[in-house]
Amino acid sequence: MPDDRDLLDTQSSDGMLANRIPMTAATDEAILDMQSPAVDPDGEPLKRKPFGVLFWFAVGFISIVVLSAVLANLLPLQNPDFGNYSSLNQAPSGAHLLGTDDLGRDLLARLVFGARVSLIVGFVGVLIGLVFGGTAGLVSGYRGGRLDIALNAVSFIILAFPAIVAVIAIVTFWGASLVHITIILGVATIPLMYRVIRASSLSFAQRDFVIAAKTMGATNTRIVLREILPNVIPVMVTFSLITVAGLIVIEGTLAFLGLSVPLPTPSWGNMINEGTANNALSTDPWIMLWPALFMFLLLWSINLIGDRLRQRFDIREGVL
Amino acid sequence: MRGLQRGGKSLEFKDAGSQEGPLLVVEDLHTSFRTSRGTVRAVDGVSFEVHEGKTLGIVGESGSGKTVLSRSIMGLLPPRDVIRSGTVRFAGHELTAMDDTELRQVWGAELSMIFQDPMTALNPVKRIGVQIAESLKLHLGMDKQEATSTAIELLRSVGIPSPQERVRWYPFQLSGGMRQRVMIAIALACAPRLVMADEPTTGLDVTVQAQILDLLADLQQERHMAVILVTHDLGVVASRADDIIVMYAGRVVERAPTRTLFHDTKMPYTRALMDSIPRLADPSGARLDAIAGRPPDLINPPAGCRFAPRCPYAQDKCRESEPPLRTVGSPDHLFACWFPLVDGKSTVPAVPVSLSASQNGASGATTEGDA
Amino acid sequence: MAKYLLRRFLQLIVVSFIISVLVFLLVHLLPGDPTTQILGANDTAANRAILLKQLGLNLPLWHQYTVWLNAAFHGNLGTSYLNHFTVTHILATGAPVSIELIIISQFIAFSVAVPLALVVSRKPNKGLDNISTTTTFGLLALPPFVVAPILVAVFAVGLGWFPATGYTPINQNLAQNIHEMILPSLAITAGSIAVYFRLLRSDLITTLQQDFITMARSKGLSNRRIMWRHAFRPSSFSLLAAAGINIGSLIAGTFVVEALFAMPGIGYALVQAVEQRDYLVVQGISLVVAIAFVIIQFIIDFIFTIVDPRVVRE
Repeated sequence: MPDDRDLLDTQSSDGMLANRIPMTAATDEAILDMQSPAVDPDGEPLKRKPFGVLFWFAVGFISIVVLSAVLANLLPLQNPDFGNYSSLNQAPSGAHLLGTDDLGRDLLARLVFGARVSLIVGFVGVLIGLVFGGTAGLVSGYRGGRLDIALNAVSFIILAFPAIVAVIAIVTFWGASLVHITIILGVATIPLMYRVIRASSLSFAQRDFVIAAKTMGATNTRIVLREILPNVIPVMVTFSLITVAGLIVIEGTLAFLGLSVPLPTPSWGNMINEGTANNALSTDPWIMLWPALFMFLLLWSINLIGDRLRQRFDIREGVL
Repeated sequence: MRGLQRGGKSLEFKDAGSQEGPLLVVEDLHTSFRTSRGTVRAVDGVSFEVHEGKTLGIVGESGSGKTVLSRSIMGLLPPRDVIRSGTVRFAGHELTAMDDTELRQVWGAELSMIFQDPMTALNPVKRIGVQIAESLKLHLGMDKQEATSTAIELLRSVGIPSPQERVRWYPFQLSGGMRQRVMIAIALACAPRLVMADEPTTGLDVTVQAQILDLLADLQQERHMAVILVTHDLGVVASRADDIIVMYAGRVVERAPTRTLFHDTKMPYTRALMDSIPRLADPSGARLDAIAGRPPDLINPPAGCRFAPRCPYAQDKCRESEPPLRTVGSPDHLFACWFPLVDGKSTVPAVPVSLSASQNGASGATTEGDA
Repeated sequence: MAKYLLRRFLQLIVVSFIISVLVFLLVHLLPGDPTTQILGANDTAANRAILLKQLGLNLPLWHQYTVWLNAAFHGNLGTSYLNHFTVTHILATGAPVSIELIIISQFIAFSVAVPLALVVSRKPNKGLDNISTTTTFGLLALPPFVVAPILVAVFAVGLGWFPATGYTPINQNLAQNIHEMILPSLAITAGSIAVYFRLLRSDLITTLQQDFITMARSKGLSNRRIMWRHAFRPSSFSLLAAAGINIGSLIAGTFVVEALFAMPGIGYALVQAVEQRDYLVVQGISLVVAIAFVIIQFIIDFIFTIVDPRVVRE
């Protein structure tokens, strides 16, 4: 008959984990390893699943965009800021490979120079979020305590706040320029980065290997850097890429409100905005279509790469 | 006659006690996994029988293939990347030839499994009563009320006090021992003919272990159930099993009725397992008699006897050719060894095991150090 | 349980209070004031000063704040400087529009994402899963300001199936109302579908590897039953959390679509008010939106305690 000790012993379940037989032998590894996807019907040993054609296409696309944006000044492009009034709203032709907009500016040139805005806002903005929000989240998830509670409250409040008001107010107040917008949006990603990375850090901080490191006398800094950080990196990478995509979209939304980089400097956001104003889409679709298409491909590529990388880091897929 | 129709042909199972011959027959079962590193031969030719109402113990270290064996017999392994061959005949039905629809009539109703870790094997967000009642409703056609009251009775029969209240509890509210009892209740709900208990007590306190095993034994007797007890712990099967199989590296290396196994051990590996169990009577500070080395790589198992790299009595013959499973004298004691123990002692001189060779586990052909 | 709810309620109060301060400060950060809108750019400084005094805007900031907060407590959020509607009225007319948009778009999102995730998680990285995943990335790459004009150009102007602009309240004409809501809802829903699908799929794949799923199989349960009754619930946590944040931010986040489709919702009203420095409207709407966000999180937390019985234990 069970005795009361047994009934009260709800905590013993945690002790159970410590008593577990470690799964080290080949068979158990085999069960874990079983989750690899493709099977060779002849039972030949399998290679690691390759990233896939789409992945490399995405990488290629992003590389081209980045390279052309960086080297824009060196490329044989026409002037993106000023147009030829005799060739307004032209469809793609030999003279203007992608056409012109309603001020006669060459669309290809605007597209390439405009890429700079999207890329900088996206990547640098995320970098800001990662450095500040990510570090805070990493430490906070591990240490816990009052700092954690305080930061949680702060990030919650920031998330609850209607973002448009804040962004409009600050951009209007400070002035819209590439630098300002990047910083503002970068700061805006800090609470998100904080939350996600904190959650990940927290889940690892409770694992046995961290406790083991502590009992061996490792300092907190060492634990965070050597034990937790390597485990959090996959999440960081994936989420960062998602956030890059998000920021590129937000730049577009800002342009919609007239708060992105001031004209005539092109950005994909303000090009799209110009292209859709006053029903221009029906009459001169090229102005909106090119930046929309390239933005679509860029975002799609970023998300795809983020996911493939995550898959590569992630061991688990598929049983039922 | 039992067997419920479910959109396919229904299977029929004779009532308990009317089975002629063994209830479960496993013959030459192989189970391998395709992995990125090669094909892992986790179960490499296992055969045995279990009769109604009897208990079979399957003993082996981690990596011996015993867990894979239990799931393979039941047919619970994922369909992809798994190669299975051999027969598994349960109550006259060939399990390996059945598809999932047919197997679902067997699972839970005639053949059920008790899992090792009740914390992960019980759905954390469902009440335990519901988890028990599910099988009852499915296989025995009970309605909700009937199923719930039966569940309460089942909880009572596995020794959970105040079952009427606890039937609405969640797994996390129970202690480890309690959860394992719930698992047993679930496994036994529809009165299956055979229960596969996969390490049912690992991780529990020793006193709780004994209670659980006693409970299982009592229920088994009541219901005339067969039990397969899979464990790494010889102590667990010592007093509970009628017959014992010792597995190593995917194969059966010794098989005997329990008493015979303990009194007339033939395989040095089995002997080593027994010796490695610490005894209360040992003086404090006595060193643990662990078996040196690690189990072999199952992608490329060594030629010859698989235990040879770690066996203190290994001779050249052992390393060159694999000993077959054979019997000498009594037909129900099988072993796979060229130089079996006689009266508990080896007939060949002991040789210190070379650690580097035993760690490689691979073809022990080249051994450095002592020979 | 009661203690837990009380704690959350207190959080609600504190957060709302802090947000009210932040909103107030932010909006007064903006250069200019409503007088420019009301009087025009070329009026005299003297007139401007008189108007400021009339509107109570010459008082020190903290005083303005307490006046406003006090009034808010009594249910008076103030009146727009520009169109003389009360803020409460603006909210009352705008909220139904935005809320309906959100409801319809989320309904579409869940109807697509959930069944799809349930199906593909059983065979990850095979045909259907690959197609769905790749398509999802496409959805994530289509923000509202891109999708909306295209939808309008194709379906409204081009095919004429749906109206390009306009809003008819539900109580006037339900059919018309739904008809007008379809394109704008579709414009918003793309991102939600993608996020919900990915999260649910990922959690399902993880859950399906747990022991209790194998156990459920060993009981003879059918695959469909296992998916719906055993796998779905423990896998819905990330989805719930994301839905909470998503819906919360959509409340005023619908402004792009509202503007493009000429729907008089609160998102649009908010953006306009900021541009016109209509302080009270901005403060009032922002405060209500933030409170709504917190309440939604509160509701999600509550749902969590139902879906995951382990939560209440803390």
